[in-house]
Amino acid sequence: MNPESVDVVVIGAGPAGMSGATTLAALGLKVVLLDEQGSPGGQIYRGITLAPLSRRDLLGPDYAQGNELAQALASSSVRYEKGASVWQVTRERQVSYLRDGRMQTLDAKAVLLATGAMERPFPIPGWTLPGVMTAGAAQILLKSAGLAPSEPVVLAGCGPLLYLLGWQYLRAGGPIKALVDTTRPEDYWRARRHVFAALRAWPYLRKGLELMRSLRSAGIAHYSGAEQLAVEGEEAAQALTFRVGGKPQRIASRCVLLHQGVVPNIQFSQSLRARHEWDPAQLCFTPVSDPWGELDVPGVYTAGDGAGIGGAQAAALQGELTALGIAERLKAITQAQRDHRAEPVRLKLAGNLRIRPFLDALYQPKEENRIPADEVMVCRCEEVTAGDLRSFVALGCAGPNQAKSFGRCGMGPCQGRMCGLTVTEVIAKARGVSAAEVGYYRIRPPIKPITLGELAGE
Amino acid sequence: MRTDSLFQPVTSEVRATRTVSLTFNDQAMTVPAGITVAAALLMSGISRFRATPVSESPRAPYCMMGVCFECLVDIDGVPNRQSCLIEVAEGMRIHSQEGARDLVFQPMNVQVVEVQS
Amino acid sequence: MSQGTNNVSQSDVIVIGGGLVGTAVAYGLARTGADAVVLDQGDDAFRASRGNFGLVWVQGKGHDLPDYSRWTRSSATRWAAFAEALLADSGVDVQLRQPGGFHMCFSDEELLERQSRLQSLQDALGDYPFQMLDAAEVKARLPLIGPSVVGASYTPQDGHVNPLKLLRALHASAQAKGARMHGGVQVERIECAAGEFRVVAGERSFTAPRIVLAAGLGNPQLAAQVGLHAPVAPNRGQVLISERVRPFLQYPTINVRQTDEGTVQLGDSMEEVGFDDSTSTEVLAMIARRCVSTFPLLRDVRLVRAWGALRVMSPDGYPIYQQSEAHPGAFVVTCHSGVTLAAAHALRIAPWIMGGAQPDELAVFAGERFLTGKVFSHAH
Repeated sequence: MNPESVDVVVIGAGPAGMSGATTLAALGLKVVLLDEQGSPGGQIYRGITLAPLSRRDLLGPDYAQGNELAQALASSSVRYEKGASVWQVTRERQVSYLRDGRMQTLDAKAVLLATGAMERPFPIPGWTLPGVMTAGAAQILLKSAGLAPSEPVVLAGCGPLLYLLGWQYLRAGGPIKALVDTTRPEDYWRARRHVFAALRAWPYLRKGLELMRSLRSAGIAHYSGAEQLAVEGEEAAQALTFRVGGKPQRIASRCVLLHQGVVPNIQFSQSLRARHEWDPAQLCFTPVSDPWGELDVPGVYTAGDGAGIGGAQAAALQGELTALGIAERLKAITQAQRDHRAEPVRLKLAGNLRIRPFLDALYQPKEENRIPADEVMVCRCEEVTAGDLRSFVALGCAGPNQAKSFGRCGMGPCQGRMCGLTVTEVIAKARGVSAAEVGYYRIRPPIKPITLGELAGE
Repeated sequence: MRTDSLFQPVTSEVRATRTVSLTFNDQAMTVPAGITVAAALLMSGISRFRATPVSESPRAPYCMMGVCFECLVDIDGVPNRQSCLIEVAEGMRIHSQEGARDLVFQPMNVQVVEVQS
Repeated sequence: MSQGTNNVSQSDVIVIGGGLVGTAVAYGLARTGADAVVLDQGDDAFRASRGNFGLVWVQGKGHDLPDYSRWTRSSATRWAAFAEALLADSGVDVQLRQPGGFHMCFSDEELLERQSRLQSLQDALGDYPFQMLDAAEVKARLPLIGPSVVGASYTPQDGHVNPLKLLRALHASAQAKGARMHGGVQVERIECAAGEFRVVAGERSFTAPRIVLAAGLGNPQLAAQVGLHAPVAPNRGQVLISERVRPFLQYPTINVRQTDEGTVQLGDSMEEVGFDDSTSTEVLAMIARRCVSTFPLLRDVRLVRAWGALRVMSPDGYPIYQQSEAHPGAFVVTCHSGVTLAAAHALRIAPWIMGGAQPDELAVFAGERFLTGKVFSHAH
């Protein structure tokens, strides 16, 4: 194993990664950008360099912004390695990845984790049936393959991404049978505290309102305050059932798209044993970092949604900011230069984040959709239900790591990505303690699967 | 184009000029080049990608971004591949992943012993 | 039995440590009718019990200390009945299989060394069945074995179990028999009075006339407080687990075994790195290489998890079992083979703790053996 030495390794070619890598390279540093996809953009700008113009238009102006970042990356001196699956980052900043079936290792002076976000799990009865996907998945099908539903779909949950998808489907001619919204009047009331900040982010707010207006004027059935969501079906999804105002509803559909927000993808930061804290507004664990994005693991930084949900534009700004912090650390620029360049970026970033508290409060995922009933599957890989988990707690299981050993919960191929937050919250509620006290799974490499042969170096 | 596919190309887009031929469970299909295997299967009417090792329950893609590990299929004899991360290629032979992988029936073992789906 | 005043809990015996050793002892104690209390740490403690390989292994052990071999075998022969009892008391099937085990050799030197080791055990003990197999004989029993394996030793006494199910079964069985388990307890100190021990943990205290130290790497500090010497230190083993595979290997081997869930478990490394349970690429790669040499078809199987676990290792690698002379009623029970020895811990150690005769084999395992100038090695 002969690791190559570089200045900075950036993991993830979404907005934060593209922006960070490009900024670092422009400051003269030797940067390697690793991403497991075949083209840049991460998830939010997925397929941006390959999408035909008509598709870009369909997806809206926000998506098209990703193109600037991708162009800047392409004309930079960043060594961008596509199809690179990173399976380990050590505290000594050694990065191991797989590319074309071969194991490679880099020794970096600094590592920037820009691995973004993933959809919050939506554990309701029937959520594992074929035909149930996340709204993000549907959006990826649109972005990367130009595919839209062929028969009317149900969109269920809450949050800007769900409504954006609805709007994109309207433009694409993708039929929507219904929008089943879990947002209730109480949520607007709770969000009122942040309405002034939201108003100061008027452009964002206006965009959202226009989006909702388009959906309404298209005459799509819109149910608000939906509760007790469940997917009906034996071998595949057949309908979504729920209640509104106590009245049971059933909407037949073979495709149910769920969404209740996104959460940081913390696999790498957790595997580094960096400090994380529970965010009670966003109901997820976020890595703790300093104003430049550095974790409590020296030389390891995080930026973008992986550092805390802020959206694509904020991610790009954070990428730039963190790059400045790294550049100063590696003595490519002085502290004064760093601070000077950072100032306008911080200002813009603050503006971008202004809408967040309002959105977090308005679209907070409902407890019944986070802490499910006994019969609902929590760990999809190992097929462990919430009831199983509660029985472990009754047996003395105090946290997610004991849950792993009590019932294999979290031991499957997804390595806890689909169940981690649910498990923490189910245990916390069963024990009557906070999620922060319960903690999260101990995450270990390989962060992505590699074969024994690849590990052996054959 | 299968009439029972859950997804189809957006009508406003110009049809892709390049296509790729592949098979799924020995069933031939033609799909646009440049898309992922998962997308290709979904648009071709495949709604069941695998059976779980624990209970043989049917599963299909959930996240399309490589974190859920539900879209696992056997591609050219290599089991458990995340089809949402792999681009289609001409002549690909894809099979549903029926439970845990089999160690014995490997491509290098030469004899064409197909695991029936 | 009773909850005293000021949050003091009384019982017949306190077991410090809720891992495989502590719960096995507690189960045994509860079966004798004793009122046992088990004190266990929190969710993120170092837990050898959650990191180990699951072997119920006899082969080769104690080749320079026959009593260890006797002790090990006494556990292996009781294991089947033990598993039945656990199933009856907890409803959990720990998936014990004892089809015999293989130790692969990759060179003639290794083979010879192996043979001499097992032969010396047979000479010392008399009844010690084993077979030395050449490459062809190994292939006849394990068709997927690779060409680098020149031979192997096999003994019918070896087996394996699901170690996590075992831990769960022990917890549930001990509780079913009346033992009281307290989690999230951080023991601060042990106070010794005439005929009574008081364990202080924050606001809570636990008292009993007998106390068992089964706290793994926490034992040295606790042992000193009750006049015992238990110099165990961490020894890291790294373990790999693969994705599930259809059954292909029914026999356990020292480096590779297929679990009842179908995953393939690989391991056997030893490092002295202090309290560091992370993994290292070099060792993981080494384990992977050896595995692929043993079973080449595993080359394309994916690794899903890897971890480091800290063995509770004494200087000579053998257990420490002792009752304190300065404070009778205080016992230390510690080893790094908590799975293999679980049956002996429940069925032979527990009665001893409640006043029964000390099992013969135990005399050599006193902690004082380390209070000499001798240099010890635990290589095995």
